[in-house]
Amino acid sequence: MVESAESGRRLNDGCAAQVLAATDSRSEADTALHRFRQGDLSAFEMLFRRHQRTVYGWVLRIVRNPAAAEEVTVEAFWRIYRAHARLDPARGFEGWARRIATHAAIDHLRTQRPEAELPAEVPAPQRGDPAISAEIRRKTALAFSRLPPTLRTAAVLAVVEERPHKEIAETLGITVAAAKLRVFRALRILRKALAEQGITP
Amino acid sequence: MNPLEQERLKKLLKQALPPVDESPEPACDLWPAVLRRLDQGHTRVPWFDWALLAGVGVFVAFTPAWIPVILYYL
Repeated sequence: MVESAESGRRLNDGCAAQVLAATDSRSEADTALHRFRQGDLSAFEMLFRRHQRTVYGWVLRIVRNPAAAEEVTVEAFWRIYRAHARLDPARGFEGWARRIATHAAIDHLRTQRPEAELPAEVPAPQRGDPAISAEIRRKTALAFSRLPPTLRTAAVLAVVEERPHKEIAETLGITVAAAKLRVFRALRILRKALAEQGITP
Repeated sequence: MNPLEQERLKKLLKQALPPVDESPEPACDLWPAVLRRLDQGHTRVPWFDWALLAGVGVFVAFTPAWIPVILYYL
């Protein structure tokens, strides 16, 4: 009985320590956000270290090129720092940073020529359909790279990355209906471009 | 475009674009590059953007009827 009470007390102590650690970490993050909002560079570095991978991964999913994604991530964090005063700490850092990174990625896509973006050969996916040849994949990738960057971004996130429309809408700063419309328009233009090359999906 | 066509197109698109790892990481620490970018200090607007803006401005000035079409594709 005494042993059980003792183990219960230890369990409670453990939980309390975890709660305290989580609270500490949360308050530390809140402090960093407030310091960053004032333009504190060390707070910015802390936020950068915490969110670098997430932002890079998000950008890579849009630009589909690791070297370009690094460049865009740097540009995005530079824009984030410049916009520090506009951060709302109550709404958190990640969504805000992702929104800025998405716009930086779209700006990058605008500066690229479609042919320059594509690798010499589009690598076959692990579970590829044997009916879809490398030539068809290449033509599809090229036709897709010729779409307007805003449509491409919505389509790649919705179709390839299977992200929810709500998340896409938030990062693009548009409504869910507008995000769905962009995806639909991207697919419609892509279908037309492929049909002109004799490819019918 | 019917739902079946749409599904086929989505499948084709998934196969066509280069795959991305589940949790990708940059090849190196990007913090030094961010610091260098902060030191540069000014906004980089590529020449292409300025040329595009000028081109669109001239085009719209001469053919205002195209404004709704341009807005549709933005």
